[in-house]
Amino acid sequence: MNINLTLIGQMVAFIVFVAFCMKYVWPPIVAAMQERAEKIADGLAAADRASHDLELAQKRAVEQMKAAKAEAASVIDAANKRANALIEEAKNAASAEAEKVKASALAEIEQEKNRAKAELRAELASLTFLGAEKVLGAAIDQSAHADLVSKLTAELH
Amino acid sequence: MQRESDMSGESQTISEYIVHHLTNLTYGRLPEGTVRYDGSVVGEGGQWAMAHGGEEIAAMGFNAVHVDSLAWSIGLGILFCWLFRRVAKQAQSGVPSGLVNFAEMVVEFVDGTVKDTFHGRNPLVAPLALTIFCWVFLMNLMDLLPVDLVPHLLGLAGVGYQKIVPSTDPNITMGMALGIFILMLYYSIKVKGFGFVKELTLNPFNHPAFIPVNLFMEVVGLLAKPFSLGLRLFGNMYAGEMIFILIAALFSAGIAWMLPAGLLQMGWAIFHILVITLQAFIFMVLTIVYLSMAHEDH
Repeated sequence: MNINLTLIGQMVAFIVFVAFCMKYVWPPIVAAMQERAEKIADGLAAADRASHDLELAQKRAVEQMKAAKAEAASVIDAANKRANALIEEAKNAASAEAEKVKASALAEIEQEKNRAKAELRAELASLTFLGAEKVLGAAIDQSAHADLVSKLTAELH
Repeated sequence: MQRESDMSGESQTISEYIVHHLTNLTYGRLPEGTVRYDGSVVGEGGQWAMAHGGEEIAAMGFNAVHVDSLAWSIGLGILFCWLFRRVAKQAQSGVPSGLVNFAEMVVEFVDGTVKDTFHGRNPLVAPLALTIFCWVFLMNLMDLLPVDLVPHLLGLAGVGYQKIVPSTDPNITMGMALGIFILMLYYSIKVKGFGFVKELTLNPFNHPAFIPVNLFMEVVGLLAKPFSLGLRLFGNMYAGEMIFILIAALFSAGIAWMLPAGLLQMGWAIFHILVITLQAFIFMVLTIVYLSMAHEDH
């Protein structure tokens, strides 16, 4: 319990240690801690920003998807229309062709019919002549009765 | 109780054992004419020597140094500086680990306490608080070493006395308290200037007639601060150390006392973990509060 020079010694040591701590210990540790705090704050801010960016990007992606879908739909629509138009055209062309073929066939038939009719008429006339010859027993002068024959032929129409 | 003395091989009573534990290893100047332990008389001009026993220490008076207190105290201070300097070198803004983590926790705790209490702007206060907290804690921590361990080992090496808990030495605690007191006075004058004189003379009774009364009361109040600061720590640690010594003495009371003494020792040590931390914390907080008061103008 004696107060002696130890007191002075301790005071000097105290001053030295405090000075050391103040100069070499406290500033670097606190600086490091502050720097870390700033770094963490920056990191958190960056994370916030990134999540915001992500949100924006997602929105944009959704919009682009929508646009793409709409475009695809319009393209499909146009294609469908075109296809329908093509089909329609082809149909029309086909039916026109068919009509033409049919008409020409009909014309041919008509022609054939007429030709056959004429032939038959001629045949009939000659047969009629032949029959009349037989019935009359004499030859009928073709030229003499040409009027008659032509009249008959006309009547046979 | 019979116990081999570290000094001379004489048998020792309990009170001798306790007194021996409470005596510092002292180096000092013996005044002229002192009769030494071996019967020789100190010659003219006195003599610097290691003290043998309490009488020689008493004869030395102020011209003496408690070698053990000062050595342990400075050693622990160097330990603190070395540890935290290492941390300060390693500390960067990356992920901290191990010792750095621990030191940063302490720094953050001290910084928080300083920011809560001290509202001025002074780059000294926080490092001062950190030094006080860690250093006082380390000095107090020596209390948890078994009381006989270090003194006995050093006794075998021929060192007569050894008190390994520096904070049980009033020189150590008062040395720090006086250092803080000087800082208080310095900042009081620096911050308040003439206001400091006014504070001492015109408080609490703001009338010129009361100046002597005010001065007396304020000076007593001012002086009470370093004394309460230093003596609180000293008293707490001294009492704690005393209990440890008494429990240690109980071990030699017979084989039947071994178990209860061991349990007491353990219980007191566990309780003391709280005390040493708390006392270090109180010393630090009061330092901050006193310096804060020195900075605040009324």
